[in-house]
Amino acid sequence: MNDRHFDNIKDLPSTHLLGVGTALCAGCGGLQALREVCDVLGEKTVIVNAAGCMTLLSVYPFTPFHGSWLYTSMASAPAGAQGVRDALDILIDKGRIGPEEDLNVVVLTGDGSAYGMGLSATSAAVERGLDFLYLCYDNEGYANTGHQTSAATPHGAKTATSTGVHGFRGYKKDLFEIWAAHRPVYAATVIGSEPVDLARKVEHAAGLKGPRFILALAPCPVGWEFAPDKTVEIGRLAVDTGIWPLREYVDGRIRHTKVPHPRAPVEEYLRLQGRFAHLFEPEHDDGTIQEIQDAVDDYWDEFD
Amino acid sequence: SQGLLYGMEMIYAVPGWRAPFVLVNVSRGIASPVTLEPDHNDVLAARDSGFLQIHCATCQEVLDNILIAYRLAEDPAVRLPVIVNMDGFYLSFTREPVEVPAVEDVDGFLPPFDPESIRFRANAPESQGVVVLGGTPYSYFRYETHLAALKAGEVFDQVCAEFGARFGRHYAPVACHRTEDAEVVFVMMGSFSTKAQDAVDRLREAGWKVGLVRPRLLRPFPDVALRAALEGKKAVAVIDQNLSIGLGGILYAEIASALYQLGRDAPILASFVAGLGGRDIAAEEFFEIAAVCRDAAATGKPPKPRLLFTAEEMKEVRKYQTIAETEARMIKGTPS
Repeated sequence: MNDRHFDNIKDLPSTHLLGVGTALCAGCGGLQALREVCDVLGEKTVIVNAAGCMTLLSVYPFTPFHGSWLYTSMASAPAGAQGVRDALDILIDKGRIGPEEDLNVVVLTGDGSAYGMGLSATSAAVERGLDFLYLCYDNEGYANTGHQTSAATPHGAKTATSTGVHGFRGYKKDLFEIWAAHRPVYAATVIGSEPVDLARKVEHAAGLKGPRFILALAPCPVGWEFAPDKTVEIGRLAVDTGIWPLREYVDGRIRHTKVPHPRAPVEEYLRLQGRFAHLFEPEHDDGTIQEIQDAVDDYWDEFD
Repeated sequence: SQGLLYGMEMIYAVPGWRAPFVLVNVSRGIASPVTLEPDHNDVLAARDSGFLQIHCATCQEVLDNILIAYRLAEDPAVRLPVIVNMDGFYLSFTREPVEVPAVEDVDGFLPPFDPESIRFRANAPESQGVVVLGGTPYSYFRYETHLAALKAGEVFDQVCAEFGARFGRHYAPVACHRTEDAEVVFVMMGSFSTKAQDAVDRLREAGWKVGLVRPRLLRPFPDVALRAALEGKKAVAVIDQNLSIGLGGILYAEIASALYQLGRDAPILASFVAGLGGRDIAAEEFFEIAAVCRDAAATGKPPKPRLLFTAEEMKEVRKYQTIAETEARMIKGTPS
């Protein structure tokens, strides 16, 4: 790839490759991350999309992409990516198209597919060593169908299907660790509100060959219940509270690219979101809030 | 197979991409109960997907029709995927002599494919498979796919004519065996139709005017060819190796729709379901079907649909049930 270094906000690309005016919600944290990713990856990209919120980006006859796009289905985007990658490789190998026609193959998926029904196809693609970048926007629920619980829903959150007094009783699946266990060439967590960290990781991933994973926490105004202008603030708090560790997997090792110190109490993050309102009103649910804090503390204790 | 059902979401998605390719399906009965042997409920679940379907009866036919299917799929007027169907075990796990054409001859028959717009290139970015909202564009693209599938009927004839000229083996959308002067005709798909063919020959020896019609092309549905083959017959027995639960034989319903246009001249139509999960169909059963049809033609009353199952088979199932009950009692009776 290019020899670009992203040290501060001024280094970020000034040309934006994702068009505006799509059907997505105001303040979408997934769109924020995707926009930043597209700017770094450039135009020579084909996005293979799994069913999710982002399906509505390209609605006939419009598309916001400067590159290419293929909608597949909820469970089979990695298989679609394999087909596109193989076709390009074979055509280039046979000399039927020039290497300048090559494309970065990118899977775009939400957490519903990435943590759930798409996981088998994803695992198989990584096992085959597919040369692709896998981007998941994780809004912690089936957001475009009314925010039902997904395998990425965090402990204590209220969703359309977890309506009890303590919210969702399970714990968020650690998809980053699941990917790391596959020994991909690269895996990283990002968030749109940390654009320099995101750009650095995407740039690094774009220069590698093989299975690469970018997992973006995607604050969702509709599903998480906050005003669209709070997306960045909530994203920053996700990092500052330690709830969303920014990390990367390189050469078999996991390291943090930002260590929040001291960590803000999780309550600051939870209070801003309607999906956690039941933890504060009508009564303060000390137990559940403590469980969330303990899980964060336990995670960071390993590294402190 | 179960695998075809597992892929069903994409089986329905890719025809709309107008992506031409060939999928060879090895037919098996589908769960429940679980089985390993063939019938056609799996491939018929893909019937309305937009894949064209060619059903084969022999291994030679499978090979030849894979080549034909590529030409058909890639034709600019068609551009749809094609399923070539072969029966599990009977064709997939058995061997029979097959004439394999030379590579150069196949290359002559199958020119390089121009993908036109079905491709991704850096210099020509494009969004494909995108959402449409509102029923109007959806209807438009669905109708386009349907019209292309109908067009594939003509293209199939042309492609088969060229195949026959090059390779000496001739295929039609509907294969007919001794139907010209037949009064009673069996209609069957797939390899089990060779059993019907054998029964036809034996009935002919006994002086019965019987024939066999085998739809090779199921989608597009060759209704004109089927009417031509069945018009003027006294009775038609559709033997379905599938079962639409709550309806009956699927091919029976389709043949009925084709024959309805003949009005009062339509032959007596009878439905038989047989061969599910690889159940054999004995020659005697074909004889019985022919007799039922002959009698129905004489009285002018169509017989009730029949699910083939013999007294001997019922005895066998009762035996299994007795064993299962005895086992269950023994387990219950055993002190823990």
